[in-house]
Amino acid sequence: MAATGESMTWRRVAVALPYLWLLVFFLLPFAIILKISLADPIIAQPPFTPIFNEQGGLSVTLDNFLFLLTDKLYAITYLKSVLMALAATVLCLLLGFPMAYGIARSAPSVRSLLLLLIVLPFWISFLLRVYAWMGLLNNYGVINNTLMWIGIIDQPIQIMYTDFAVFIGLTYSYLPFMILPLYATLERMDLDLIEAAQDLGASRTQSFWDVTWPLARPGVIAGCLLVFIPAMGEYVIPYLLGGPESLLIGRVLFDEFFVNRDWPLASSVAIVLLLLLVVPIVFMQRNEAKLEEAE
Amino acid sequence: MTEEKQKDFIRIRNVSKHFGDFVAVDDVDLTIGQGELFSILGGSGCGKSTLLRMMAGFETPTGGTIEIDGVNVTALPPYERPVNMMFQSYAIFPHMNVEKNIAYGLRKDGLAEGEIAQRVDDMLGLVQLGDFRKRKPDQLSGGQRQRVALARALIKEPKVLLLDEPLAALDKKLRERTQFELMNIQDKLGITFVVVTHDQEEAMTLSTRIAVMEKGRFLQIGEPKEIYEYPRSRFVADFIGTINTFEGNVAESGADTITVNCPDVPAPVHVLRDAEVNVDVDAGQSVCIAVRPEKIFISLEQPEDDEAVRIRGVVDDLGYFGNRSLYRIRLETGRMIQVSRQNQRRSAKRFVEWDDEVWVSWRPRSAIIITSED
Repeated sequence: MAATGESMTWRRVAVALPYLWLLVFFLLPFAIILKISLADPIIAQPPFTPIFNEQGGLSVTLDNFLFLLTDKLYAITYLKSVLMALAATVLCLLLGFPMAYGIARSAPSVRSLLLLLIVLPFWISFLLRVYAWMGLLNNYGVINNTLMWIGIIDQPIQIMYTDFAVFIGLTYSYLPFMILPLYATLERMDLDLIEAAQDLGASRTQSFWDVTWPLARPGVIAGCLLVFIPAMGEYVIPYLLGGPESLLIGRVLFDEFFVNRDWPLASSVAIVLLLLLVVPIVFMQRNEAKLEEAE
Repeated sequence: MTEEKQKDFIRIRNVSKHFGDFVAVDDVDLTIGQGELFSILGGSGCGKSTLLRMMAGFETPTGGTIEIDGVNVTALPPYERPVNMMFQSYAIFPHMNVEKNIAYGLRKDGLAEGEIAQRVDDMLGLVQLGDFRKRKPDQLSGGQRQRVALARALIKEPKVLLLDEPLAALDKKLRERTQFELMNIQDKLGITFVVVTHDQEEAMTLSTRIAVMEKGRFLQIGEPKEIYEYPRSRFVADFIGTINTFEGNVAESGADTITVNCPDVPAPVHVLRDAEVNVDVDAGQSVCIAVRPEKIFISLEQPEDDEAVRIRGVVDDLGYFGNRSLYRIRLETGRMIQVSRQNQRRSAKRFVEWDDEVWVSWRPRSAIIITSED
């Protein structure tokens, strides 16, 4: 029985570890950000008022959040970020699904090579890859030069420093995060199921929508979250590929923090961003669970 | 239209299937009658599953034609064939409950919801799953999943139901019960069943006829009894149950009996000719005498029957199986043969023991002659 007791202890430790991790590296920093978001900016070190004033009383303010609500710029930026992240997610799904499907159905000998090709870009620095896109999308970059050389256009098209460039950059950078979870679910799928559907009278298209798609849904959801969440807060891509008008929330956050040195406002931007992400995801997961029950 | 059952309901003509250099199915011909419960029996890799998949439409034959009820279906996709299949893995849709799984085929046919509900109800009754209609597949036992798969394939009332190893995933007791259920359902609905199996016992009990398949070809097609009692080749004899074979040369080919000299048997062996054993053999031809273990008697005294083939031997090994015992007897030439014996009397004492000297014997009618080389 002693061994059982010991293994129970170890089990508890194993379960506690991830919680501890989240507590130290997520919940605690989040509490600090939350605290800062409730302070006033001052020119000092640190650049915000302490949470307890000299008399020992609580000194909090919702001014920063109220400012976010009243200034239209923030609402527009949030909305634009959501739309941009959504567009990138949809394009990743449209490109990623056939690729993941193709890999999952390929011969096992080729499969590992194809997967390697998907993750190969990660071996090169993210920043370098974004710079490479600058070289491609420039007014006198590879794409424009080629188009002009063929004679399709007379003068360069402005791609660089537009929202479109940001869109391309986001899709390119996050595509592997869509493909990998999709591949994982599609690869596990029993091919007999598709044959069974066709045997029972479903055409190829019908068997896809009746069987493949619903069974791939966990992978689709995982992939979409893995693309949407980081794309929403992305800073480097809009900064390097986007123009002055492609204000995405990640950039605004950065500017508030480092350029304006308004830490409390920057913190409240971060907290609203987090809420914007967490609330719909929790809602969606609950919905998913219900859907599962119903079927 | 005649009510009479068609003898050539399924017609497979010169069908071959090559995968690169590998010949999975090698130019086979087969006709299956309406309402038959036909089994294709063979070891793994013999081509039986490929043949079944060609009937279902999942594989296109390299050559030949498949007709079902007079219609050439060779080029039709699976969803246009009057055929349904029960998969070895059952392939039940994991995201649908029992009811939706069973109704799937009817939904694809675009039937009215009212009729679908009625037919699903009937089918649930037939396979006794009425209480489980809302269950998800992962909440079902192996036997229940098997019945869902069967119901889902039967609900479209196909002209032919293809069953790929239908009982392989069930444990022994359940398998025996399910065999009879399967036969009852087939009998009730009158649908032609084509079963692919590697289990000779399953094929024997289920089928009206069996085709034994090896290396992409049929070795023998016939009723279970015919295949068991009159195998035409050593492979079939050995694949279906156990058999003792004695190589020998024909001494005399008479009108009623064939006499064969076998090195392992002291006296010439006589085999009676009858309707089934009526082979053309010439004196001097090398043949093989085959006797099933249960047709051989074992005794301590020399049997008195002069017509019988009698050989002396020593008990090398014996196994007790409850209902019967199996004996391995070493003949004087060193050859081992197998004899089985029903344990008709309840007795703690064995009737023979290891190393006992015994006589084995069989009647001339019990043995058959195999002339084919394989």
